[in-house]
Amino acid sequence: MNDAVVWLTILVLSIFVGLEVISKVSSTLHTPLMSGTNAIHGIILIGAISVAGTADSAPVLVLGLVATVLAAVNLVGGFVVTDRMLKMFTARRKAPPKR
Amino acid sequence: MIPVWVQVVYLVAAVCFILALKGLSSPKTARRGNLIGAAGALVATAVVFFERPLGNIVPILIAVGLGAVLGAVGARRVQMTQMPQLVALFNGVGGGAAAIVAVAELHGFDREPAPSAVTTTAAAFTVVVGAVSFAGSLVTFAKLQGLMTTRPVVFPGLPVLFAATILTAIAAIVIAAVDPGLIPAIALAVLGLLAGVLLVLPVGGADVPIVISLLNAFTGLTVAAGGYVLGNVLLLIAGTLVGASGTLLTVMMARGMGRSVTSTLFGALRGGSTLG
Repeated sequence: MNDAVVWLTILVLSIFVGLEVISKVSSTLHTPLMSGTNAIHGIILIGAISVAGTADSAPVLVLGLVATVLAAVNLVGGFVVTDRMLKMFTARRKAPPKR
Repeated sequence: MIPVWVQVVYLVAAVCFILALKGLSSPKTARRGNLIGAAGALVATAVVFFERPLGNIVPILIAVGLGAVLGAVGARRVQMTQMPQLVALFNGVGGGAAAIVAVAELHGFDREPAPSAVTTTAAAFTVVVGAVSFAGSLVTFAKLQGLMTTRPVVFPGLPVLFAATILTAIAAIVIAAVDPGLIPAIALAVLGLLAGVLLVLPVGGADVPIVISLLNAFTGLTVAAGGYVLGNVLLLIAGTLVGASGTLLTVMMARGMGRSVTSTLFGALRGGSTLG
């Protein structure tokens, strides 16, 4: 199979998986889900590391390192803040107000 | 050539991300889902060092550590009411990172043996949309943090300027795709930054969460395109997952608030009422 077609196949299948997997989300989880997907795109970190690690000039190295810091903030901060949101969420659910 | 075992670990990480989204869709499994996603990200970050021989290991580890500490401390310290703008900020820096990676790649292209037009187009797209996401997210951050007015900011000629910026950016993508280099890459970044600011300025305060979600989907798309440029399947899958699910989530959020995505973005421009 043509290389470009392989990439296109992965792209199209990923679109369907991405749509399908969250199609039944409850509206209370919209914000944590957004925060969670936000964390996932922080994986550009591995791209930034590749650029910094294969840099053959100082400017490219600097670009790669800046991107690495920014991506690590996105990735780590994203998962931590999502966990905090969900902790609040479950704490609220476990102790329902007495009526 | 990326070693097979590294590619298999990337596949495992991709499955973790899918399970994370699935888990995050239900209250019972949400927290576990998030942790599965974090685990996938951790293993992927560990194996990238074995993908190919990498130099500058010490500065890279320092940069990763610095970013991780900044992100974790920010996420732990922030008050609950400030979480939306923190998410916007994290989204912005992610988009910025993707744009910078693509700038570095476009800069490299003028020395390597000719890359395909698809690759250079994807890189140019990544620079523009990543910059849109970065600048747009910073404006949403400023709005939510009270650094600027939360009312829609509209000035005469804004729609024309916005349309002109988008058209120029598309033309610049074509130029950069044909003749890649550092200067076209910087021009693309500037156009993207301008478009990002102009996109978010007219959005009223109550609609800002919807726009953050849209910019989140944008960042996903840039990461996917960046994955194609770098030849990294995991980035393609993860970015596409976020781009697709983020777009659907944006539509669902808007519907939940009784709004449509287009009225959120362009309502103030048409002179219609936008919640302030």
